[in-house]
Amino acid sequence: MEFIETLINGLSMGSTYAVIALGYTMVYGIAKMLNFAHGDVIMVGGYLIYVSMVATKNPFIALGAAVVLCILLGVTIEKIAYKPLRGASPLAVLITAIGVSYLLQSSAQMIFGSAPKMVNIAELGNLKFAGLSIPVYTLITLGCSVIIMTALSIFVKYTKTGRAMIAVSEDKGAAQLMGINVNRIIMITFAIGSGLAAFAGLFMLMKSPSLSNTLGAMPGIKAFTAAVIGGIGSIPGAMLGGILMGVVEAVSYTIPPIAPYTDAIEFMLLIVILLVRPTGILGKKRREKV
Amino acid sequence: MMTKLKNIKWNHYANYIVVAAFTLIFAILSLTGFLESSDKYLLEKIAIAITLAVSLSMVVGFLGELSLGHAGFMCIGAYIGGKTAVVLEPVLGEAPTLLISLLVGGAVAAVFGMIIGLPALRLRGDYLAIVTLAFGEIVRSIFMNSSRESFGGSLGLDTPRFNKDVLFIIAFVIVLACLAVTQNLIRSKHGRAITAIRDNEIAARATGIDVTKYKLLVFTVSSFFAGIAGVLYSYSNFTVQSTKFSYNYSIEILVMVVLGGMGNINGSIIAAALITFLDVELQTILTGNLAVLQDLIYALILIVLVIYNNAPALKPFREKHNLKAFIGKFRKPEPSKHRDDEAKWDRVPTKIKMDEVLSVDLQVSSPYTPDKAEKEEK
Amino acid sequence: MSKVILKTENLGISFGGLKAVQNLNIEIKEKQLYGLVGPNGAGKTTVFNMITGVYKPTTGRFWLDGEDLTGKGQETINHKGIARTFQNIRLFNNMTVIRNVMVGLHNQPEYKCSVFASIFRTPRHFKTEKAMRARAKEILEIVGLMDERNSLSCNLPYGKQRKLEIARALATNPKLLCLDEPAAGMNPHETADLMDIVRRIRDEYNITILLIEHDMKFVSGLCDEITVLNFGTSLVQGTPEVALSDPEVIKAYIGG
Repeated sequence: MEFIETLINGLSMGSTYAVIALGYTMVYGIAKMLNFAHGDVIMVGGYLIYVSMVATKNPFIALGAAVVLCILLGVTIEKIAYKPLRGASPLAVLITAIGVSYLLQSSAQMIFGSAPKMVNIAELGNLKFAGLSIPVYTLITLGCSVIIMTALSIFVKYTKTGRAMIAVSEDKGAAQLMGINVNRIIMITFAIGSGLAAFAGLFMLMKSPSLSNTLGAMPGIKAFTAAVIGGIGSIPGAMLGGILMGVVEAVSYTIPPIAPYTDAIEFMLLIVILLVRPTGILGKKRREKV
Repeated sequence: MMTKLKNIKWNHYANYIVVAAFTLIFAILSLTGFLESSDKYLLEKIAIAITLAVSLSMVVGFLGELSLGHAGFMCIGAYIGGKTAVVLEPVLGEAPTLLISLLVGGAVAAVFGMIIGLPALRLRGDYLAIVTLAFGEIVRSIFMNSSRESFGGSLGLDTPRFNKDVLFIIAFVIVLACLAVTQNLIRSKHGRAITAIRDNEIAARATGIDVTKYKLLVFTVSSFFAGIAGVLYSYSNFTVQSTKFSYNYSIEILVMVVLGGMGNINGSIIAAALITFLDVELQTILTGNLAVLQDLIYALILIVLVIYNNAPALKPFREKHNLKAFIGKFRKPEPSKHRDDEAKWDRVPTKIKMDEVLSVDLQVSSPYTPDKAEKEEK
Repeated sequence: MSKVILKTENLGISFGGLKAVQNLNIEIKEKQLYGLVGPNGAGKTTVFNMITGVYKPTTGRFWLDGEDLTGKGQETINHKGIARTFQNIRLFNNMTVIRNVMVGLHNQPEYKCSVFASIFRTPRHFKTEKAMRARAKEILEIVGLMDERNSLSCNLPYGKQRKLEIARALATNPKLLCLDEPAAGMNPHETADLMDIVRRIRDEYNITILLIEHDMKFVSGLCDEITVLNFGTSLVQGTPEVALSDPEVIKAYIGG
């Protein structure tokens, strides 16, 4: 029984990671950059939810506002900080992303102070069912994530824009020659990633209501790790990696002797998987032409 | 004798001389009682930062691999060296203990550097970056959850003190040693092999360069000095807290290296010293809400600087307005007497060709396309 | 009869289901200038990649000077005496021309100098550096890049970059030098110059040369023997005159 509860908890946590990892993996696949600031967009999403909850008391409006504003934020960041560096060294882009991450964190601290804010989205309680006691938020998280992931997969697979995204991730130059507006595709990718980050912010606040300016930092890193485990650039890979990460985390927390080492175990998982498969579980290696 | 002196490439020694002169000046100031203990602490911090930045620049700037786990090696050095010091201090006395713990901390970190160099043989670019980051976090987590008796656990490890009048001088001697090793290595046939790997790994292999050996060598040497910096850190603070060594600190070191100019050791030194100095000074000036302002400004400067220095669109502007051109206006143009012997290693533009790596080696094809036989040849 | 430098026996490789090269049997004798020609996609570069250790052959073996090198790594094969240039130029772009060549000299026994000797700046280090520099200049003289020795290799014009690749490969002191489309992108004047250089390398250094080239004038003017590849299999082997007039070969090129 307890194991099933743990498993559901892990799946819920994992789907949150998966939603964040999707943002990393799509941006990586299309803009070929490690968007270090992605985790902090989640944090901004959290604060936006907090502000609009205080203003409207309605979680749905709060979420909607947060999603819209996060999309705007993501697109703005891309436009101001990353776009000028297109064609520059990837390391320069990485450092800028780190700068953006610092900027978002310090701005949040400046506006909201360093003391954590308490955000109560809704009293959800536990669902008791067949001897199981499952927190409702895990089910909401799980459900939302499944919907998001399905929608995203369909979007990428069947819409014109989605296929253009695949084309850009395969070969930017060729895509451009085929008449795809690469800048627009990259912008859309950032928009989607940032919108997902707002959802992730909600999921995390449902799990634990404490909100500070480092809310997104560690989950961001872990989600990126998950994306790499799954094979960065691959959307199913991000989902798989995220879920795997969440389940490992949940299971590890329930085993007392290794519980404190949970973070270490997750990162160890990454190293082991990369040593076996250098491009992640679903990543495909492309040979360098000689 | 005169010709011998003339043959010395002074520009190769400029940074040693500057660092040594600084050390001497501050040593005299310290002896004459002009330095407060906070100044000495700041100097120690600067020396530690320079050691970390120079050692990291070996990996990032010269080998061309991205490491986000430098703080992890420092962490190993700090804990292992600190623990060694705790154990040895009562037996050996202060000075020998310091020396031995520096060596032990550095050596253990170097061993781990070699271990983490192994995945570097298979992984490249951002994959290696995330593995090094993961490594740093694992190390930190292990020390954080250690027992109170072994490494102090979450409360941290209390380490011995050392005479503050001498410690910062020792720290700067270590900076000099780190500089000497790094620069001598880079300015040798081995350094050429290392930069060859960075520039084009496939060609380096085809030219017979032992890529495995050199990657491991660079990671080992680099983490050795990171470990030593960690031991210094433990002596400087009398305590080691695992929270210090999070990936954020690795990133801070990386920022120093990048702002200093990739593969530019002097730049790394200046950036490390400046950032550390400003960090400490601003902390004392800005308090309360203003303290956040510091982070904000730091972040903005970082973004603006990197965009200014790297944006392709700004290239003509940069070339027109760069400092050299500016100074050049006031100087007679001299005929190019650029001999290869005098070629400055540091000035060789060293942009990591990660684009190339990512686009070919690591680019993961979309999972939506049906499997095709890999095309090999055109 | 001079001795065989490179011998391949049923050499082949497949990627997935695609047989890129199969059953390749060639014998290159000492001081021979051997050509490998064929239409695009025939597998020429793949052959190079196999004998230089980039790819491990899935079938067959090959020997350099009687020593089996099948499946060895790139570095090992280079140490044993096969050097190559690349079709898409791969220079060390951020290094000067002379340093590119000095990297090539890295493994020569006469320039041995340990890492410790370099770090502690022993006399050995200075001696080695001086000797390497002198030797690199000699090699640059051969390919005619002496005047450009201090410019960054990425600033060289295309034709000179190809020559620098040859110089770098030459610096590794090979028994067999593999040139992958050395004349690509060169004007006729440069091509003629290159032919001269290739001959001199063969004659003065006793190096056997295997080259891939599309310029048939270059091939027939230079090579003693050629193999024509098509779809990964050897069509014809023989002297350029005979091989290139073979109806099979003409069909492969023109189609039909």
